[in-house]
Amino acid sequence: MGFGYFTCGDEMNQIKLAVERRRFDTLVIGAGGGGLRAALQLAQADAHVAVVSKVFPTRSHTVAAQGGINAALANVVPDNWHWHMYDTVKGSDYLGDQDAIEYMCRAASRLVVELEHYGVPFSRLDNGSIYQRPFGGQSQNFGGDQAARTCAAADRTGHAILHSLYQQNIRAKTHFFDEYFAIDLLKDESGYILGALMICIETGEPLIIEAKTTLLATGGVGQLFRTNTNAHINTGDGIAMALRAGIPVQDMEFFQFHPTGIAGKGMLITEGARGEGGYLVNKDGERFMERYAPHAKDLASRDVVSRAIATEVREGRGCGPDGDYALLKLDHLPAEVIRKRLPGICSMVQTFLHIDPVEQPIPVAPTAHYTMGGIPTNRHGQVVVPVQQGAEEPIPGLYAVGECACVSVHGANRLGGNSLLDIVVFGRAAGNHIIEFLQESRTHRPLDSDSVDNALAHLSRWDRKGGGESVDQLRNEVQMTMEKYASVFRTDDVMQEGIDKMLEIEQRLNDVCLKDHSKVFNTARIEALELENLVDLGIATVVSAQARKESRGAHSRIDFPDRDDEHWLKHSLFHKEGRQLDYKPVRMKPLSVDTFPPKPRVY
Amino acid sequence: MTSVRFSVYRYNPERDESPYMQDYILENVPADMMILDALKKLKAEDESLSFRHSCGEGVCGSDGVNINGRNGLSCITPLAGLKQPIEIRPLPGMPVIRDLIIDMEPFYKQYRAVKPYLIVNDPEPEIEYKQSPAQRDKLDGLYECVLCACCSTACPSFWWNPDKFLGPAALLQSFRFLADSRDQATDDRLDQMEDAYKLYRCHTIMNCAQVCPKGLNPTEAIGKTRQMMLKQFL
Repeated sequence: MGFGYFTCGDEMNQIKLAVERRRFDTLVIGAGGGGLRAALQLAQADAHVAVVSKVFPTRSHTVAAQGGINAALANVVPDNWHWHMYDTVKGSDYLGDQDAIEYMCRAASRLVVELEHYGVPFSRLDNGSIYQRPFGGQSQNFGGDQAARTCAAADRTGHAILHSLYQQNIRAKTHFFDEYFAIDLLKDESGYILGALMICIETGEPLIIEAKTTLLATGGVGQLFRTNTNAHINTGDGIAMALRAGIPVQDMEFFQFHPTGIAGKGMLITEGARGEGGYLVNKDGERFMERYAPHAKDLASRDVVSRAIATEVREGRGCGPDGDYALLKLDHLPAEVIRKRLPGICSMVQTFLHIDPVEQPIPVAPTAHYTMGGIPTNRHGQVVVPVQQGAEEPIPGLYAVGECACVSVHGANRLGGNSLLDIVVFGRAAGNHIIEFLQESRTHRPLDSDSVDNALAHLSRWDRKGGGESVDQLRNEVQMTMEKYASVFRTDDVMQEGIDKMLEIEQRLNDVCLKDHSKVFNTARIEALELENLVDLGIATVVSAQARKESRGAHSRIDFPDRDDEHWLKHSLFHKEGRQLDYKPVRMKPLSVDTFPPKPRVY
Repeated sequence: MTSVRFSVYRYNPERDESPYMQDYILENVPADMMILDALKKLKAEDESLSFRHSCGEGVCGSDGVNINGRNGLSCITPLAGLKQPIEIRPLPGMPVIRDLIIDMEPFYKQYRAVKPYLIVNDPEPEIEYKQSPAQRDKLDGLYECVLCACCSTACPSFWWNPDKFLGPAALLQSFRFLADSRDQATDDRLDQMEDAYKLYRCHTIMNCAQVCPKGLNPTEAIGKTRQMMLKQFL
């Protein structure tokens, strides 16, 4: 531990700040499943690891995952990883990188078993093995019969996994900095990432954590949209930090709308509800998914089901007084199945809608859910960027995993049950790669004081006093804008309006000032920093979306209704500087098996 | 419901010599509003009001507060039916950092003290440990704990001896592993609780079970732990 002196304030009024410095081998930012799985790998290898999280680890959004984690254990019906891989590639609308997808699906069974050994209380089959349920987009034998691949702890799988991973980290004596908010990455002139500047939320004091390697595991940015299934903390902090550090963000136009959020409120109703036999109906009581996906019906991919609901609503067949939702029926299922397999849903629906799903259908609508895009990485979790139109190269010292990263295993549309898998597979992979990196990098590189000064200036921007709009007003406007202009169906002129609106908000953000300048647990300051991140990522999303002139996965354009593999089978890369877009090829070649070439996507 | 009155505990250590209650009124309150929605509305007007929250649906456990004298999660506690002014205070018996935010460390420390992780001494198989549905059922009502501290901060025994008595939440988690057919540290876990305070300060007042927002029953888990200790002794 030590102190460093850095400059802060404008040129006329510079002051030297004493900022506490700590040094670790690895800094993990974010304590959801991805960060905790990586930290565990590192702590078990005796690396000196610090986990920084803006909330106590078990408050992270992994806790809210419900339905389960995919692995071809074949406990219920025949299955293998190669079928899982096919479904994931198809689910991604062929935008997923097939080397990373093969890696993930191959690793799945082993890692789910490992979670079970960590203590995760999976539900059980009569023979004592892990319970698995059918989920959307799953098939046996490359598009054949429905598979049952999703390993579940009732409908609280994320809670069970996050708590078990935290518990294992307690056992491994991982060093936690709970309730510290990361402001900016620190880097030197040769582009090495040296750690990050934090603020201790409780004291309001800045803290520099120097690290030979930094891993971003900060989750997605569901708070971009007014109605979303996400925790309030999901503001894309790590993705925006990468963007500010000059790293482009990948495929931000692909945002998943979950078909079954509680209408108007947003709370998630797991796909497991349909996996257990539930189905959707319109106002005529028609089971409309039979028209959109004759084979898979209600267990088609999420993008397909969300579009189907949105289409029913647009064509006047929605339910309710405003005709703006569909009904999810469970009431034909035996009460004991619903209570046993979906206890969390029962209690949530009771709390927020005062109905019992055993007796009454649940009003649901497509709801912003998951960020497919994010920080570009390879399958080792290394953050990679193309160098001057050339091949990709890793940013030395920087890793990213989980929803904030774009490996990309989800491509244009993530399959249910693959996000919990993503975080443990790539959390572990990044941990392993970092351990190798640390063996070659024995010392810390010197801290770059310009980089620290810039980060401190960013933080002290919120010390400015004045009137003007509030953080709350502007955040509401961001969320309304994104919901209106970048929703399930998109067109060029609507998105152009969205871009104009977001750029105007970015301008207005400059004049926003806090009224509360206190230090101790100032949540207003944290919300202001989060708002900056939301604005950056909102712009990245609409700009990337307007540029992609095709429909693929979650990105559906009314003006370009078809997928266009000739021109658009490529990842987009958005740079903050000048809002430039680049593209890079999809990695179509798997590690050991044949490529799954793009085909029409029918469910 | 149209207008609702609140009385909220305020304390900013940089500004206030002592805590005080601040009155607020919210207009045009929808019938299905939760306490957390109300707090967020109040914060939009007065950004200095501080409280924790995250998932907003009762699964992350961030937002335990005391509402009209009863501990609960603000995001799943409806305003409807509450006596006005609705009094919102931090969870009782713990150091207050600011407003509704308490220092949770004493609570987490007790959680860590019970070794809240699965301990298996046998070599690991390449497949999952087998567990029958009946064995797995024994974990229901235990593993769902969200560590919100509503129970422990409602427990008089925990108020008096937060350093020596483990408190209902930690004891519930301890029993979650005692009840797990896969765990092999039963004797160690029981031995560790063999003093006058850690477990035996529970006087079955049952505040914990009454306030648990997840409907769990720590008192029952403590009773079962006692039975296991007795059995071990005999």
